[in-house]
Amino acid sequence: MAARSEEMARVSAREGSPWTGMWAVVWKEMADNLTSVRMSILETLTVLTAIGTVYSAAQNLRSSGRDPFLFLRLFTTGREPLPAFVGFLGFLVPLIAIALAFDAINGEFNRRTISRLLSQPIYRDALLLGKFLAGLFTLALVLSTIWLIIVGLGIVTLGVPPSGEEVARLLWFLLVVIFYGGIWLSVATLFSILFRQPATAALASIAVWLFFAIFWGMIADLLTQVLAPVRVGYLEEIVRQVRLNLALSRISPNTLYVDAVLALLNPNIRSLGLVLPVQLEGAILGTPLPLDQSVLLIWPHITGLIAATILIFALGYVLFQRREIRA
Amino acid sequence: MDEIVLETRGLTKRYGDLVAVDHLDLTVRRGEVFGLLGPNGAGKTTTILMLLGLTEPTEGTVRVLGLDPVRQPLSVKARVGYLPEQLGFYENLTARENLIYTAKLNGLRREEAYRRIDEALEKIGLVEAADKPVSTFSRGMRQRLGLADVLIKKPEIIIMDEPTQGLDPGVALEFLEIIRDLKAQEITILLSSHLLHQVQAVCDRVGLFHRGRMVLEGTVEELAQQVLGGAYRIHIEVEKPHHVLEEALRRLDGVVRVEREDTRAYLVEARRDMRAEVARAVHEAGGALLSLDMELPSLDEVYARYFEQQEVNDGSAE
Ligand SMILES: Nc1ncnc2c1ncn2[C@@H]1O[C@H](COP(=O)(O)OP(=O)(O)OP(=O)(O)O)[C@@H](O)[C@H]1O
Ligand SMILES: [Mg+2]
Repeated sequence: MAARSEEMARVSAREGSPWTGMWAVVWKEMADNLTSVRMSILETLTVLTAIGTVYSAAQNLRSSGRDPFLFLRLFTTGREPLPAFVGFLGFLVPLIAIALAFDAINGEFNRRTISRLLSQPIYRDALLLGKFLAGLFTLALVLSTIWLIIVGLGIVTLGVPPSGEEVARLLWFLLVVIFYGGIWLSVATLFSILFRQPATAALASIAVWLFFAIFWGMIADLLTQVLAPVRVGYLEEIVRQVRLNLALSRISPNTLYVDAVLALLNPNIRSLGLVLPVQLEGAILGTPLPLDQSVLLIWPHITGLIAATILIFALGYVLFQRREIRA
Repeated sequence: MDEIVLETRGLTKRYGDLVAVDHLDLTVRRGEVFGLLGPNGAGKTTTILMLLGLTEPTEGTVRVLGLDPVRQPLSVKARVGYLPEQLGFYENLTARENLIYTAKLNGLRREEAYRRIDEALEKIGLVEAADKPVSTFSRGMRQRLGLADVLIKKPEIIIMDEPTQGLDPGVALEFLEIIRDLKAQEITILLSSHLLHQVQAVCDRVGLFHRGRMVLEGTVEELAQQVLGGAYRIHIEVEKPHHVLEEALRRLDGVVRVEREDTRAYLVEARRDMRAEVARAVHEAGGALLSLDMELPSLDEVYARYFEQQEVNDGSAE
C-alpha cells in the first residue's frame, strides 16, 4: 500500500507533459498505416463492398417509391444472400481496426526499435496514445472516404440528394462506426502489449471478436435461462427475463453497434428495449422519431462504446508502463 | 574537466532473486571515456538502462548531469544519447527518414533537424546511402546509422552498449576514431565492450564488472598494477647473461620480477617506466645491452589474469 502511494507520488511528480512528442508519433504512424499493404487490401475490400451493396440496394430501392428516408435505406438494405452495408461494416471495421493495431507495440520490440525510441525525450504514454490515435485517425479517414463514396453513388443511382436530416443521421452513423472501431483498436493494442508475437496478438483479437459476434448471443440466452427462469408465466417474470437478456447482450460491442446504427438509420425505431403496450399509449405508431430523440436513444450505447475503449486502453497502458524494455 | 556528469551511489537492481547490479558506485567526469568491461551477464546493460531511466533501480541513486533519470527523464534523455546493444530501425524507411523521426521526437524544428541530419550523415560517412531503405543496409551501415541517430540530438553524454561488435576491423577503427573525435569535443562517453584492445585504445578509465559488482576500476595501468603486480614489462637482450647482472636488476627499486626468457633475453616486470634505470643497471653490472623495449600492460592480460585468480579463489573457498 505504501509502495503503491509512493509510486503514485513519483508518477505525478514527473517533469513535463506526458504527451511530449506524441504528435511526432501520430504522424509517423499514420504515414505507415496509410502506405502499408495490409491497409490497401482492406481499403480495397471495403470500397468494393460499399459499391456492391449500395448498387444492389439502389436497384431494390428505385422500385420502392416514395420513402422519406430513401437515402438511409442505401445503407440498411440488403439483397439476399448478401447482408446490407452496415452488416458488412460490422465485421470489416473490427478487421481493419485489428489490422491497424495488432503489432503496434510488439512490432517495436521485434524490430528492436523500442529502446532507441524510448531513449528519446518522450514518455511511454506519448508512444502508446500516439499509436492509438494514429489508428483512430486512419480509421476515421478511411471510413469518411467510403462514406463520401457511398453518398456520391447514392446521388447518382437514386437521382436525388439526401435531405438535411439524412445527412445529419449519416454523420452520426459515421461517428458510431468510428467509435465501434475504437474499441477493437484498443483490444488489438492491448494484445500487442500482452503478446510478443504479432500473429498471436492478431489471433487473440480475432478470437475476442468472434466470441462476441457469434457466441455471446447464445451465452447471453443461456445465462438468462439460468438466472431469470420463467416458472409460472407472470408478466413480471417475462419482463425480467427479457430485460436481463437485453442487458447481457449489450455487453457485446457488436450488439451496441448494431442497435445504435439501426436506431440512427431507421427513424421508425422508437425503442431499443422492451416496449410494453402501456408505454406505447399516446405514441403514434409509424411516425418517425426526430433525430435528437434517436440520438438520445442510443446515447447509452455511444458512451458504453467509449467507456469500454478507455477501460481497455487504460489496462494496456498500465501493462506497458511496467514492461521491461529489453528485447 | 572535473565536473561530475554521471554518478551512482549504491545502485542496485534485482530481478527476483537475481541481483543483476549490486551496490554500484560509479563516477564519470565530463570529457572522459569510460569503459565497462565484464563477462556476459555481469550487469553492464542493466546499469546502462538505469542510467537512462529505462529501467527503475531497486535501490540506490543515479545522477546524470545532476538530474534524476526517474524523475526528470525528459531532460536526461534530451541530453544523453544511447546506442543500444540491440539496434533496430524501421526497415521500410530510408536512413534519412529514420533520422527525421528521431529529430521530431526530440522536438527539433525542421530546418535545424535537416541541418543536423546532413552533418551527422557526413560525419559517419553515410551520405550516399542516406536515401536507401534501411532493409538494404549491412551491419556496419546500421551501426553507423545508429551513431548518426545519437549525434543529431547533440548529446553531452553518449552511452554505447557494445558499439563495435560485429564490425570488421576497418570499420571498428573508424568507430574508435569517431569516439576520439567526440572526446575532443568534450563529450563524455560511456561504452561497454568485450573487445579489450579497443577499450584500451580509447578509454581513459575502465571498470571491470563481475556478477553485478564493479570489482576493479581505474586506468589500464592502475588495473595492471593491481592485478598483474608489475604493470610495465621491459624486455632486454644482453650480450652475456650473468647472475650478477640478474641480481643487479632485481635489486632495483620498483622491479617486481626478473625472468630469463631466452639464452640472452630477460623480462623485467616493473611498477613504473624504468627503461633508463634498467639500461644503467646493465651497464654498471658490466653487461652490454643489445636491445631494450617495453610492452605496455594489456587489458587482455589483466582480464584473463583477474578471472584466473577469481577461479582459484572460488575453488579454494569451496
Ligand atoms: N528482464 C530481466 N528479467 C530477469 N533477469 C534479467 C532481466 N534482464 C537482465 N536480467 C539478468 O540480469 C543479469 C545482467 O544482465 P545484463 O544484460 O545487464 O548483462 P551484460 O553485462 O550486459 O551482459 P552481456 O555482455 O551479455 O551483454 C543477467 O544475469 C540477466 O540474465
Ligand atoms: Mg549487455
